[in-house]
Amino acid sequence: MLDVRGLSKSFGGLAAVSNVDLSVDAGRIVSLIGPNGAGKTTLFAMVAGFLTPDAGSVRFQDRDLAGLKPHRICGRGMVRTFQITQPFAGLTTLENVMVGAYHRTADRREAATRARAVLDRVGMAAQAEQPADGLTVAGRKRLELARALATEPQLLLLDEVMAGLNPTEIDEIVGLIKQIRAGGITIFLIEHVMQAVMNLSDYTYVLNDGVLIAEGAPAEIAADPRVVEAYLGHGAAERMRTPEDGHA
Amino acid sequence: MAVRTLLFLAALLVLALIAPLLIANRFLIDVLTLILFSAFLGQSWNILGGYAGQFSFGSVVFFGTGAYTSSILLMTFGIDAWIGAIAALFAGAAVGAFVGFLSFRYGLRGSYFALITLAFAEVFKVLANSVEFTGGGIGIFIEHEPGLARLQFDDPAGYYYIALALTVVSLAIAWWLERSRFGAYLKAIRENEDAAEALGVNAFRCKMYAIMISGAMGGVGGTFYAQKFLYIDPPIAYGVATSVEMLLVSIVGGMGTVFGPLVGSFVLHGVNEVTRHYIQTPGLSLIVYGLILIAIIGYLPNGLIGLFKGRARPKDAEDA
Amino acid sequence: MLSMTMMPAAIVNGLMFGAIYALVALGLTLIYGVLHIINFAHGALLMLALYATFYLFSLAGIDPYVSLLIVVPGSFFFGYALYRWGIGKLAHGRDQNILLITLGLAIVFENGALFLFSADQQTIDVPYAYESLDLGFVFLALPKVISFFASLTICLLLWLLMAKTDMGKAIRAVAKERQGARLVGINVEHVFALSYGIGIACLGAAGCLLLPSFYVDPSTGNIFVIIAFTIVVLGGMGSFVGALVGGFIIGITESVGGLYLGESLGQIGISLIFILILLFRPTGLFGSKV
Repeated sequence: MLDVRGLSKSFGGLAAVSNVDLSVDAGRIVSLIGPNGAGKTTLFAMVAGFLTPDAGSVRFQDRDLAGLKPHRICGRGMVRTFQITQPFAGLTTLENVMVGAYHRTADRREAATRARAVLDRVGMAAQAEQPADGLTVAGRKRLELARALATEPQLLLLDEVMAGLNPTEIDEIVGLIKQIRAGGITIFLIEHVMQAVMNLSDYTYVLNDGVLIAEGAPAEIAADPRVVEAYLGHGAAERMRTPEDGHA
Repeated sequence: MAVRTLLFLAALLVLALIAPLLIANRFLIDVLTLILFSAFLGQSWNILGGYAGQFSFGSVVFFGTGAYTSSILLMTFGIDAWIGAIAALFAGAAVGAFVGFLSFRYGLRGSYFALITLAFAEVFKVLANSVEFTGGGIGIFIEHEPGLARLQFDDPAGYYYIALALTVVSLAIAWWLERSRFGAYLKAIRENEDAAEALGVNAFRCKMYAIMISGAMGGVGGTFYAQKFLYIDPPIAYGVATSVEMLLVSIVGGMGTVFGPLVGSFVLHGVNEVTRHYIQTPGLSLIVYGLILIAIIGYLPNGLIGLFKGRARPKDAEDA
Repeated sequence: MLSMTMMPAAIVNGLMFGAIYALVALGLTLIYGVLHIINFAHGALLMLALYATFYLFSLAGIDPYVSLLIVVPGSFFFGYALYRWGIGKLAHGRDQNILLITLGLAIVFENGALFLFSADQQTIDVPYAYESLDLGFVFLALPKVISFFASLTICLLLWLLMAKTDMGKAIRAVAKERQGARLVGINVEHVFALSYGIGIACLGAAGCLLLPSFYVDPSTGNIFVIIAFTIVVLGGMGSFVGALVGGFIIGITESVGGLYLGESLGQIGISLIFILILLFRPTGLFGSKV
């Protein structure tokens, strides 16, 4: 479904992402992990059209996305969320989600109906009329997700939707993501929270200093102490064996 | 919308329609005309600034272009003002498209957009001062030949009804923004352009439409001004004062609301008439305007309308 | 042709005015560099400084250059207080609010001046107003020469202040990383107000240096608003060197443009430069970021 080849980007001579190849098959949950500053968000930004790559290609459903603006990419069925949540602060939760829903319908009532359905799905129906800037961190993360879902994408790019959440909230959102996948949406996510990624994804890529250093099923990655120790910080392998207190 | 609100608005409209019959004082009719006209221009700013969040400091450029368009058509080519008004509408939209295309294509946002619109207004002013067909610094005197074709009247009620019609149309446009996808997109762009883009909003196109609608309204406003006051010159047509008034009535009344510009216009012109009545010194009403602007930003970020709506928008701690 | 002989004179005159422009722009760029705000009241505050200088001369007989000692500190304190207890408090940290508040201030100051001082243009008659220096190809009025060198000196002093003193260090720290500066115990609000005060002090100096060869009326500031913004955008928002070079470029552009296009159309050059720079090189000639 998504096919990235040789993607590279540098800022002022510093390579943020170099020569990354990866692919996401339809119906799967694929994750991209790596330490802070590994270039994950830069990679996402290029895939979603927010940054122009220096080299390489991004193909989505066998069509090149080169030069397409984010809204066009969204139109093709791929939508991203933001690591630092970007709510439309002055609007209500419902109005936020309606912006996404309007992507599929110009009718106000229809958009509202669809937005409410999405809010139901992500468990935010009660906050529909609440102003978005009054939401908690967890609420904002869900809102990001809800807005993106409302555009009815085929591929959802999630940028650290679990960062800053407590274990209960993480469990909830993991369940939510599984549900979304069950609904037929392919998911490609960046995550810092190891534990969650491991029991969520079908396939994992590890990025460090802009370079892919490992890929495979999560179990293989997790079992590779070399990868874990070297790229996820000292002692990470230890923490992962005891997942109940393992979120960073 | 609640039935009571609808009834209230209907009553207001009826009152506005019969006002000239009830008010014998010509001066008062003139004041009301100006209030409505100012609300109309304010709404033109509000669509771009209040709804789409693109603060323009030079919206007078649409107004001035409209005023010159119909006045030149009338005085040089003898074309009636109502046709001139249509031409002014297109001229204003065209200037909007021109300024918008350049600014938005090159990604100017926030304060930079405000400054570049100011600079455009300045360029237009110097040009109007320097070329022949605008009458240069002397300006254009418009003959007074009352009649509907010229949109000129002996009875001030004539101008009043036109201003009322303009205001009602502008309110309808804002009302439509509140109910439509386009309006939702504008608000999304105002709140967070990147997030809007990510959700499939073509921000560039939406901003272009917004500035063209704003420009078209400003253009028509220019024609109305010229036909009423019968004289324009570069400082009137492209001066900062009108730009400031346009944003002032919107902000004071409440940016991004349907009735904000109208409320703001009533309050500001009311204040103006009162201060002018008691103290006849130049500058005083503008001092008060400036202080009101500062106070509103500081204490009533949602404008006077916000007082009635209850929910105040919490302030961002820091713009990232 | 007239332009061949007039050209060198126009350039030198442009340089003289450019130094003052640079000083005005320096204040604006400092405020932008530290606070990341656009001070729309800049022109109006310059106008107030000009009036201060004017009244110190006409009422108290104080020479404008001596006034520097009064107007510069006065402007500093005024600017400090204005930001600390006015703009900073009312803006709630939103950039567009600051833009609108400083617009409101500009309106209040301009019309306050109109109310108090009337719309008449005021000039002062200093004994040395008509003395001039003969450079062979051009006569330069003495006040312009003085203002040129004084402006450059003040720019140098300001640079020293920023580069060598603790206060300068704190200001630069805040400019670079305000959260970090807050964490290491710098009073950020104080530093913001200091920077604003210093920016306005630059205007105080410009007012004193400008008045002997210029005039003042309530709308004088408007002339300088677009010019100062143009210089700052041209030189790169927040760049010191940029403000200096930009000041000279604009000074020369204006006087040479006036020579070829006439007074009125010459003005358009500034606005056009402004628009073009904003569109095609918003980081300016020396800026690194928008």
